[in-house]
Amino acid sequence: MDDLRIKYLTLIADAGDESAIESLRVQAVGKKGEISLQMRELGRMTPEERQTAGPALNALKDEITSALVARKESLADAALDERLRSEWLDVTLPARTRRMGTIHPISQVTEEVTAIFADMGFAVAEGPQVDTDWYNFDALNIPGHHPARAEMDTFYMHRAEGDNRPPHVLRTHTSPVQIRHMEKHGAPCRIIAPGRVYRADYDQTHTPMFNQFEGLAIDRDISMANLKWVLEEFFAAFFEVDGIKTRFRASHFPFTEPSAEVDIQCSWVDGQLKIGEGDGWLEVLGSGMVHPHVLRSANVDPDQWQGFAFGMGIDRIAMLKYGMPDLRAFFDSDLRWLRHYGFASLDVPTLHGGLSR
Amino acid sequence: MKFTFSWLRDHLETTASLDEITEALTDLGLEVEGVENPLAKLSGFTIGKVLAAEKHPDADKLRVCKVATGQGETQIICGAPNARAGITVVVASPGTYVPGIDTTIGVGKIRGIDSFGMMCSEREMELSEEHEGIIELPSGEVGQTFADWLAQNDPSKVDPVIEIAITPNRPDALGVRGIARDLAARGLGTLKPRDVDAVPGSFACPVAVTIDADTLDAAPVFYGRLVRGVKNGPSPQWLQDRLRAIGLRPISFLVDVTNFFTYDRNRPLHVFDADKLTGGLRIHRAKGGETMMGLDEKTYTFDPDMTLISDDAGVQSVAGVMGGLPTGVTADTTSVFIEAAYFDRVRTAYTGRALRINSDARYRFERGIDPDWTPVGLEHATRMILDVAGGEASEVVVAGQIPDTRRAYRLDPARVISLVGMDIPEADQRETLTRLGFALDGDMAQVPSWRPDIMGEADLVEEVARIASLTRLQGKPMPRLQTGVPKPILSPLQRREQAGRRTAAALGYNECVTYSFIDKTAANLFGGGDDATMLANPISADLSHLRPALLPGLLRAAARNQARGFPDQALFEIGAVFSGGEPGEQQLQICGLLVGRTGPKDVQGSSRAVDLFDARADADAILAAIGAPAKVQILRGGDAWWHPGRHGRICLGPKKALGIFGEVHPKVLKALDVKGPAVAFTIWPAEIPLPRKTGSTRPALALNDLQAVERDFAFVVDAQVEALNLVNAAGGADKALIAEVRVFDEFIGGSLGEGKKSIALTVRLQPVEATLKEKDIEAISAKIVEKVQKATGGVLRG
Repeated sequence: MDDLRIKYLTLIADAGDESAIESLRVQAVGKKGEISLQMRELGRMTPEERQTAGPALNALKDEITSALVARKESLADAALDERLRSEWLDVTLPARTRRMGTIHPISQVTEEVTAIFADMGFAVAEGPQVDTDWYNFDALNIPGHHPARAEMDTFYMHRAEGDNRPPHVLRTHTSPVQIRHMEKHGAPCRIIAPGRVYRADYDQTHTPMFNQFEGLAIDRDISMANLKWVLEEFFAAFFEVDGIKTRFRASHFPFTEPSAEVDIQCSWVDGQLKIGEGDGWLEVLGSGMVHPHVLRSANVDPDQWQGFAFGMGIDRIAMLKYGMPDLRAFFDSDLRWLRHYGFASLDVPTLHGGLSR
Repeated sequence: MKFTFSWLRDHLETTASLDEITEALTDLGLEVEGVENPLAKLSGFTIGKVLAAEKHPDADKLRVCKVATGQGETQIICGAPNARAGITVVVASPGTYVPGIDTTIGVGKIRGIDSFGMMCSEREMELSEEHEGIIELPSGEVGQTFADWLAQNDPSKVDPVIEIAITPNRPDALGVRGIARDLAARGLGTLKPRDVDAVPGSFACPVAVTIDADTLDAAPVFYGRLVRGVKNGPSPQWLQDRLRAIGLRPISFLVDVTNFFTYDRNRPLHVFDADKLTGGLRIHRAKGGETMMGLDEKTYTFDPDMTLISDDAGVQSVAGVMGGLPTGVTADTTSVFIEAAYFDRVRTAYTGRALRINSDARYRFERGIDPDWTPVGLEHATRMILDVAGGEASEVVVAGQIPDTRRAYRLDPARVISLVGMDIPEADQRETLTRLGFALDGDMAQVPSWRPDIMGEADLVEEVARIASLTRLQGKPMPRLQTGVPKPILSPLQRREQAGRRTAAALGYNECVTYSFIDKTAANLFGGGDDATMLANPISADLSHLRPALLPGLLRAAARNQARGFPDQALFEIGAVFSGGEPGEQQLQICGLLVGRTGPKDVQGSSRAVDLFDARADADAILAAIGAPAKVQILRGGDAWWHPGRHGRICLGPKKALGIFGEVHPKVLKALDVKGPAVAFTIWPAEIPLPRKTGSTRPALALNDLQAVERDFAFVVDAQVEALNLVNAAGGADKALIAEVRVFDEFIGGSLGEGKKSIALTVRLQPVEATLKEKDIEAISAKIVEKVQKATGGVLRG
C-alpha cells in the first residue's frame, strides 16, 4: 500500500496540467481506479484483515484526493500568475476624460447672499425685468423731471405708434420689487430681491446689464441702527471677517430718507485690496430709511410702519471677494474665465458648511 | 462742484484744517471726490540765499554756488542763467522730492565737483510753466519753508482745490456759500455775513422787460438793470485765480462776474451788451422754428414751449440755458444789461435736454436756485461791476413776481430718534435746523428758500441725521419676525432653479450669464426681434432686442469660444426670456448647449461627436432633479430653429411641453458662425406641475421576491415608425406583469430592405403572485407580438 501511496503522490507532484491531474484521478480513485479496485477486495478479507486494511485504504484515498485538489489549485495559481504577468498596462496613460461643469460666480454669490439673509429672516422676492416707469421711478419718488432719471442712463422699451403710455423701462435697479412686494404682502416684511438690472454704460466696471440685490425690512420701529447691524452682520459672514466695520455717510436717494452710502473697512497693501482690515474705506452700497412716499405708493401707511432699504451690486461684491478685475468678463462666457472663476456643482454655500471655497 | 479752500473761507470763519473740512464734507453728504493741495508737493523746499557763484572749471554754463540754507552753508552746482550772488532762492536739499522732474534729489558730483542739492524753478515745483531760470524771491528768510513763504506772499499759488459730488437734492451746495453753511451747521466755524448794500439807480433803465402771461409759470420773475460807462477787460488777478483754480477760463471781467456768482452763490446771471439790444426784452414761449446762435457759436432751432428771451430783432437768449452770441458781452462793451431771473426747473431741464446744452446755468436752474435771492444777486453783481469796471447803474427793472415757496413741516423729535436709531436731543435737532436756515415756530420748521428739496417731515429727519453725523451710528440687533429656527424661504420655482443649475453643472456644463438683449438677427432666428421687444435706445446694435430664448446667446458664446480655439463645449444658462415688452412677459428657461465632441481625442477612443441623445439624457437628468414626472411623451413639431427631423418635445400631453431637445438647425448655426455639430435642450421649469403631496412620507416600498424574467423581441417595422410606439404597445400587453420595456437595438436597411428597420426590445416580466411557467410566458409573448403588430404593423423578425 505504501508503494501505491508513493507512486501516486510522486505522479501528482509531477503532473504538469489539469488533464494530467484528471487522468491521475481516474487512474487512482476513479470507479475502476487502482485504489478503488483494492477497496473492492475488502469484501473478500477476513473481518480481522478488514479492520486494518479498511481504514488504511480510506486514509489513502483521502490523501490522494487532497493531493489532487491541492495540485490542481497550485497549477491554476501558477497559470493565473503567468497570465497576470502578461497583463501589464501603462498606468500613466490618461484616464477617460470627464467634463467638469461650473457654477457662474453671480449664481454662487447670489446663493451665498441668500443663505446669510435667510438666516436673518429675509425671504427672496422677485420682479419683472421690464417694468413700467411708475414702478421704476414714480413709485420710488423719482418724478418725471427728476435729474436722477437722466443720471440713471435708463434703457427704454420701444413704444408702438398710437400707444401713448409712457415707455416701459428695463429696470434700472431692483427697487421696484419693494413696491410690488409690499403691494402684495403689506407690512411687516423682510425681503431681499436679487436680479438683473440695466443701465446704458460700458467700461471696466460698468456693463449695460449687471446684478443687484435689494434689501427691505419694514416693521413698527426699525431704525438705521438696525440697518447698520444687519449690514455689518452680512459683511462679516460674507467676507468671513469677524467684526468688520462699516461707515455710514449721509447721501441722497429719492426713495430713502435719511439716505446713507455705506463703506466697508479695507486696506491696500502692495496694490492688493484687503477687506475688513486697515483704516481705508470702500464704498459698497446705498441705503436708507424707506421714504414715506414709497410706502404710500405700495399702500403701506407711513405713520404706522417704517423700515430700511438698501441696494448692493452682486457682481461688485463677487469681484471684491473673489478678486475678479473686470466686470465685462462676467458676461463674455469665455470658457477659460468660466473654468477659472466658476464653482463646482456641489459647492453649495451654506452657513453650517461654510460659504466659500 | 469745485472750489478752493480760501474761497470757502471767504464765507466760513474757521480754524479747521483742510483735512477736517474734507472729512466733514464727505460725512455731511457732500462727498469729496478729490483734493488738490499744492502745499503737499512743497514740503521739503526751503529758502536759501546765494552767497557766491563762480564758473564751473570744466563747464561754461554751470556755476558753482555757495548757498546759505537753514542747515548752514552748502555747495550747489547750478545751470540756471540767473544764478548769481545775492539772490534769494528756493532750495531742495538732498532727500527732497521734486515733482516737476519726478526725482528725489541726492548728493551728486557734476563734472567732478560735489553738489549738495538743487535750486528750483517754478516749473520744477509745478507752480507754473515758468522755467527761464531759478526763482528769485523778493523776500524771505534763510531756512524758512517755501510753503510758508507762499502762503504769506502768494496764497493763490497754494490754495487747495476741493472737488465734491453734488447729489441732485442739494442745489444750494452748488454755491460755495451753501457748502459753508453745512460746515457751520456741523460746528466747523461760523458763516460770515457778506452782505452788500443795494446800489441805488441813478437813471431809469432804458431796457424794458416783459413776461408773456402764458410764460409766467416757466419764468415767474426777471430782474435787470443797466450799467453804462463800464470798462471791460481782464478780471482782477484774484478773480482770474479763483476761476482758473476750479477749471474755468477767465474770459473778460463782465463775463467772469456771472461765473463767479454762479459758483459763489449758485446764482446764474446773464449779461447782455446793451448797445446790441434792439428795444426791450420779452420772455415768451417759443412758437417753434426760431433760431439763435449761442455763445458756443452753434446755431440752435427751438421747439414750441421752450422759454426764450427776445428783443425786437429776435431771440437773444435761451432762458436759464445759454445766451446768444450777437448780444453777448465783448471786450469793447461799455454798456451792460445784467439779468437775474428765476426759471422753472422742469422746463429748463426739458429745454436743455432737447437742445443738448450742458451749461452751468442749466445745471443749476434745473436743480433749483434760491428764488428769494434773485434781486439780492443782482445787487451783488452790480456792486462788483461798479467797484472794478466803474460806470453808473440804472434803476432796477422788474417783471413778474418772485414765486412764493414758503412752506413749513412739523419736526417730531421722537420720530427722528426712532428712524435714525440715534439719541439726538431735541435741542440739538432744533439747533441744527436753525443753523441750516430753517425758521422754527413751535414744532413747525419753515423751509429756507434755497432748499427746494425739502418737501416733507422726512426731509427734516435727513437734515438732522446728516448734521449729527451718521458715522456715529451704532449697530443695533434686529430680531427676526419669528423666533427659533428660521423657516425655508425659497419658492418652489426658486428651488427648481437652483436644483437645475447644480445638476447642469454636475453634468459637466459651464454656466454662462449672457446679456438679456441680443442683436436683431439672432433674435429673429428664434422667433423674436419684433418691435415689442425692441429697446428704444440700445447701447449698440448688438444689444438691441430682448432675447426670445437663451439659445442664441449661448450659440454666440460658443462661436466666440470656438474662435478662441475651444471646439468642444458644454454651456448652459438659466434666466428670463421675453415673449413681449410688457412687465411679466418673461419666462424662466434652462438651456444647455453641446458643441463639437464629447471630449478631446483620447487613448480609449471614447470621444465622439455629440448627438441629440446626449442632449436628451441631460435634459432628462435635469427634469428629474427639478421634480418632473418620469413618464413623458416625446412629440415632434418644435420650433423652426431645430433640425426638422431631429428634435423632440418632452411633453406631458400634446399641449404641455416641459422641454425640448435636438440638433440645432444648420442654417441657424451658419448664421451665428457656429461650427457643428451642436445639440441643445431647453427646459421650462414653471411648466412642471407642482406636486400634490403635502407631507414628507414616501409611499411604502413594494418588494417582490419572485424571480423576474426577461425576454427579447425584434420587430421589423417601417423606418418612420417611432420606437416609443413599440415600447408603449408592448407595455400595454399586460400592465400588471410587464415591469419595463427597453429598446436595446436599432438596425436599418441591409437584408430588411429599403424603408424598413428592426427594433429590438427587452421586456421584463415581474410575477406578482406565482413564478411564471413557460406557458404563461409564451402567452404574454404572443400578446406582446399581437399588440405591437396592431399598433405599428411590426412583425417579429425571423
